[in-house]
Parts: sequence; structure tokens; C-alpha cells
Amino acid sequence: MRPLFKFHGGVHPATHKAESTRTPIALAPIPTKLVIPLHQHVGNRAVPVVQVGERVLKGQIIGRPEGRLSSAVHASTSGTVSAIDMQLVAHHSGLPDLCVTLIPDGKDEWIAHSGVDYRQTEHTDLRHLLRQAGVVGLGGAVFPSDMKSYSHKHKIKTLVLNGAECEPYITCDDMLMRERAGDILRGAEVLRELLYAEEVLIGIEDNKPEAIAAMQKAVLDDKHAHMEVIAVPTLYPGGGAKQLIRVLTGIEVAAGVRSTEMGVQCFNVATAYCVWRAITFGEPLLSRIVTVTGNVEHAQNYEVLLGTPVDELVALAGSRADTNKHIMGGPMMGVDLPSGSVGVTKATNCIIEASPKLFPPPPPALPCIRCTRCADVCPAELQPQELFWFSKAKDFGKAQEYHLFDCIECGACAYVCPSQIPLVQYYRFAKSEIWQRERDAQAADLARERHEYRLMRIEREKQEKAERLAQKEKAALAAKAASPAPAVNPEPAHTSSAADPDDTLQMRIDAAVARAKAQAATAQPKNVNALTPQQQAEIAEIEARRAKIREMASHAGADDEPPKSNQG
Amino acid sequence: MIAALWVMVGISLLLGAVLGFSAIKFKVEGNPLVEKIDAVLPQTQCGQCGYPGCKPYAEAIAKGEANINKCPPGGEEGIRKLADLLGVEYVPFGEGAAPKAKAVAFIDEQTCIGCTLCLQACPVDAIVGAAKQMHTIIASECTGCELCIAPCPVDCISMQPIGEDITNWKWDYPTIPIVQVAAR
Ligand code: SF4
Ligand code: SF4
Ligand code: SF4
Ligand code: SF4
Repeated sequence: MRPLFKFHGGVHPATHKAESTRTPIALAPIPTKLVIPLHQHVGNRAVPVVQVGERVLKGQIIGRPEGRLSSAVHASTSGTVSAIDMQLVAHHSGLPDLCVTLIPDGKDEWIAHSGVDYRQTEHTDLRHLLRQAGVVGLGGAVFPSDMKSYSHKHKIKTLVLNGAECEPYITCDDMLMRERAGDILRGAEVLRELLYAEEVLIGIEDNKPEAIAAMQKAVLDDKHAHMEVIAVPTLYPGGGAKQLIRVLTGIEVAAGVRSTEMGVQCFNVATAYCVWRAITFGEPLLSRIVTVTGNVEHAQNYEVLLGTPVDELVALAGSRADTNKHIMGGPMMGVDLPSGSVGVTKATNCIIEASPKLFPPPPPALPCIRCTRCADVCPAELQPQELFWFSKAKDFGKAQEYHLFDCIECGACAYVCPSQIPLVQYYRFAKSEIWQRERDAQAADLARERHEYRLMRIEREKQEKAERLAQKEKAALAAKAASPAPAVNPEPAHTSSAADPDDTLQMRIDAAVARAKAQAATAQPKNVNALTPQQQAEIAEIEARRAKIREMASHAGADDEPPKSNQG
Repeated sequence: MIAALWVMVGISLLLGAVLGFSAIKFKVEGNPLVEKIDAVLPQTQCGQCGYPGCKPYAEAIAKGEANINKCPPGGEEGIRKLADLLGVEYVPFGEGAAPKAKAVAFIDEQTCIGCTLCLQACPVDAIVGAAKQMHTIIASECTGCELCIAPCPVDCISMQPIGEDITNWKWDYPTIPIVQVAAR
């Protein structure tokens, strides 16, 4: 028996898991339409690469990953793209985001695809495959898996597979482990290979004996070495990555430190399953297991095509009439969906149909009595009552000092709070305010930099102009001295053609003004004195570029063609 | 006695030298207070404070010539920060200096005649264009100062409010009222 460790705090909410585990995973039929958001992962939104009206095949990329941290989005079945526009999505804000709407043709016709043998493939290629297959963390964090599988030898010792599934109602991982344990473990082998990890520890909460048995059997059947299925005590939020790592290995991942630096990486079991399908069969992430439960006739797990409207999905389970909202995720950390029309995404592990009976509206919050029950249960060992106080007072600096950003928003504190204060809402509010401020500060820094550069540029241009003038005058004077009889005037255009004594006088005045200007200009700017050679080189480079532009501009000016007006 | 005196003199000379040296070596360039104030200002560079940019306003505040409630883009939050920094009382905005919603400038490219006037007005070089060419605004660099609007002879620049989307959306302040239980 492996010694297990404990994390701080935790609560025991009623699990409600039995309802949805009575029947095996059912395949949800192809819906009448698919609303596929292009931003289903952490990082940059995928860029649409299809056109409205285009016919797409099952597994075809409809959104290509953009930038380093991003992931591809695919057509979940074959059909016609009917719209690429802003649609409501499963997000706390209730705001719309860019989605591709697909009308399935019912043929479910695959694009050509094939897999590779992961043992014979370069790691960079494997990561590329994962990115192109849109594989992201399916535990809810939806972090692109390719970005989590960078490693080198002796860096990561332990790969933790997270099958804890601690949140009430959710059973999708439980059912997946019961039914597809073999593929999960094969996926774990791929991840182990990518990470150079020695051992694989699979943590499953002990309220899922069937899943534990199935996984243990699969380990033995396929003779996986250094792989262990471990039953961990049922305690919310034991499925948090940090908490599970703590329980299994005893390693405390400090704030602001990545677990990889401590030699551990953690993946969800469903992610491992998708990794296996993507690498070995070339099947992108097109569907996932979703628990449909709560106020329904027969709660069940479905394998659902991504983009399936929630309305159509819950109808399968027989959503009851008094359902007043859909919750995506669990009751502790879930998102209230803005509408039933939103599509199932990679993050959708569960849809709970809520009714006033099931989830009565929370009683009004009372003042905090500083009982510190919240601090007793906080898995991140924070002081929720202090965080609440500072967030409420909008004292964000103080909130950060009390490690607001270590809060995993698990809701354990709000669950036990005798005053029923919606604590997590305050933390979320404070976090998003702080992010906004950081964005503002960045924008201000950029503006300051650009403004200062502009001032410097204007100053220098002034000086250059003065110098040019002075030089011209010098040349003019020299010319005068050489040919005192002014027959032809070789001077620049700004002097009048016939040179007379008055003109030379004017010229002298001009010269004097220019000299004075030049002097003033050279005296003023400090920023071009005492430059380092590097700065000088930079300036020279900019000057060269400017000269080129000037030349181009003068050519354009010399052209007698009238300027083209903009195209209508 | 004399020895002690010499020791003291020696120490004082040494320390004096160290201080003198560090005064030269670690000389602070510029006025640190101005820098600090400038860091709080929003850098919109709009001149609504009556100074030609944020830095000049910061200098004026540092000299005690300007009040801290002159910067509308900074909002009340900005006044609070300045008050904190300078250790003075919060002052509300004066007449007609209310903060506005954030916006970026937008050039109607069909109408633009390429006069470069807006280009010269932009304090952060957020406009690209050349003489007789259509101009356009780099939205990510525009501070929303509105300085380019007035110079445009054909009035083709307008301010577009920055809409809320999933990337910049913020959680609301929880509005669940905290009720007092009636005392019995
Ligand atoms: S549990 Fe609630 S009442 Fe008790 S200290 Fe925490 S926030 Fe306050
Ligand atoms: S929501 Fe945050 S503060 Fe509350 S118990 Fe969870 S981690 Fe701690
Ligand atoms: S009013 Fe405009 S120029 Fe003045 S400090 Fe504020 S942002 Fe800067
Ligand atoms: S584009 Fe216009 S509004 Fe934007 S920063 Fe430049 S001058 Fe100001």
C-alpha cells in the first residue's frame, strides 16, 4: 500500500453521482445543427479557415491554431457551414463569441486521416499532431496538451493521471474509465514517452470502485510497467491538480511554481484517451463524454459531438418542464449557461438541469462573523475571510498580498460559510479587476514609450532641418565668394531668380536666422548627446530608412500624375 | 586623546568620501517624484489636463502648480492613486471634466484625402499614412485622446467605443445585499 498524503481542508458535499452511472455511455445522435465556438481552449482563438456555404468533412480543420498557445478546431461531422458569426457561448460573461455553425448532412463522412506509431515519431512531431488534433485538457482547464508535454530527460519523474472527478454530479470520467480503460492507459504511455516520466500514478476517488477495478484490470492486462492505480479519499476538491499531486506524491507545489519544476505533470484521464485516439488513429478531438443530470428523467452519460446545442442534448435525457437553467460543469464551480442554444465545447464535462427545487435560490448573505470556517476548508490554505474583506473593499493590492491568485475558485469556502456569502464571486470580481488594471498599465507603458519617441523624433527633425539650412547657406556663400559677379544664380529655388544686393542681404539675414536656430537646436536636445555606439547605430539605421522613404516620397511628388483617389 | 581625535577625523573623512562618491555614482536622473506621478497617469497624452501631455502635467503636479483632479482619462481611480501617492486629500473632478468611456479613433478610409494633418496631431504615432495616401489607425496603439479629430478637414475621424467581449469582460461587483438580521 502506497502511503497517501493529505491536503489542507476540503469539504464533503453530497455527490449525486449514482443517478448518471446506471447505464453505459450512449452515443448522442447527430443534432440538427452544430454551433462550434472557435475559442474552446486557453490561449488564442483559432482562426476560421472555411467559408460560409462550404461543405466540410468530419475531422476537417475549420479553425487553425493562431500563435504559440492555441489549438485547432474541427468539424465534428460532415455538412455545410451555414454561418461564421458571433453566437452565445458557454462563458460566465454570457457574451457571444465567434462560432462556426454547421448544418450536418447526416452522412458523417470522414476526411482522410491516419495515425502514427508514437514510438517511432519525433516528440516535436507528436506535439504538432496534438495541436493539429485540437487536444486540450478535458478536465475543465482546456489547456492545450501539446504545451503541457514539453520536457527533457530527468526533468519529470511522475506523470499523474487525474481520474479523481471530485465535483458532485459529474461522472463522465468515471464512465470513461469503466468502459475505455485500455485506451486511457495507452494514451498515458504516449504522454509518459513525451515527458520522459518514469512512473504513472492514476488517482481515482474511492467512491468509484468500478472505475478503479477496470483501470487496475487494464494495467494488469496490458502489462503496463511502473503504473499504479491509486484510490484516494473522496474529498472535494481532491481533483484539483495541486491537491491530487499532493495526495499522491506528497509534493507541495508552491504558489507561482509549475508542478513540472517539482518533477510532476498532471493530465486528466479523458485527455489521455484523446491523446491516444489522436496519435494512433489521427482522430482529432470531435466529441467528448458529457454527463447530463439533475432535473431530468434519466440521467446518463453521452458521447456528444462538439457543438451540439445543449437544448438538443438535454432533450435526450428528458429534461423536466420546471427546469429553469442549465449549469455547465458541477454545482460548485460550474457556469450558468446564458441559453440552451450554446454548443457543447471541449470544456463541457457535465450539464446539470437546475430547478428551483434542486437548487433553491441562496438565502440573502449575512455579514461575515469571522468564524474562519472558510479558512479551515480552503485547500489552498488561504484566508478566505480576509480575501473577501479586501475584495469587497476593492483593496486589490492587499488581496494580492494575501495570495488571491492562489485561489482555485473551488467554492469550498462559500459552501461552509454560515453567512452564505458568495465568496467566490468576490474573488472572481477582484481577479478580473486586477487583470484589467494590468492591461491598462501595459497600454499606458506602450503609449508613454511611443510618445517619448515621438518627442525625440520631432526634436531631431527640427535639428536636422536647421543643419540642412545652414549647410545650404554655407554653400551659397561659398558660391558667392567664388563668383562675385552674379550673372546666373545657381542658388536653390527659395531665393528669387534675379540676384540683387537686397537679395544677398536677405540671404545673410536668413543665414543668421538659420545659424541661431541651429545653435538653439544643438543646445537643446540632450537626448542625442553622448549616445552609446549601439544607440547611434540604431539612429543611423532609422535615418537610412527615413532617407529611403523621403526619396520615395519625392519621386512620388515628382510624378505629375494626379493622386489616385481611394477605390470606391 | 589626540589619537582618538585623529581616528574620529579619519572616520569622518572616509565616510565623507564614501558619501561624496555615492552622490556622484548613484546620482538620480530626473525628478523621481515626477516619474512616480507619470507612472500613475494614464498616458493618453490628450492634453485635457491643460498641459501638453502627461509628463508636463506630472511635472506641474510635482511643483505644486496643478491640482490632482485634472485628468479625465484617469478617472476617479486615478485621482485616488495620485492622492495616495502624494499624501493629499481626494478631490472630485471639477466642472466638465468627467471621465468618458474608453474609445479608439477610426478613420473613414473612403473619405480620407491624405492630408497628413491627423498624423501630425497624434501623440503616439498611432496613425499610418503618407501625403495624398489614405490614412488609417493602429487601433492597438491608439490611446483615444481625440486629438486627431479636430484637425481633420473632411471630418472623417470618429471615436468608436471599445466594446466588451470575452477577452476583456470583467466580473461585476457582487450585488447580493448583505442584510441585517432583525435584533430581537
Ligand atoms: S466562513 Fe463566512 S462567516 Fe465565517 S469567516 Fe469565512 S466568510 Fe466569514
Ligand atoms: S474558493 Fe478559493 S478561497 Fe475559497 S476555499 Fe477554494 S481556494 Fe480557498
Ligand atoms: S488629461 Fe490627458 S494629457 Fe493630461 S494627464 Fe490625463 S491623459 Fe495625460
Ligand atoms: S489616433 Fe487619434 S485618438 Fe488615437 S491616439 Fe492618435 S490622435 Fe489620439
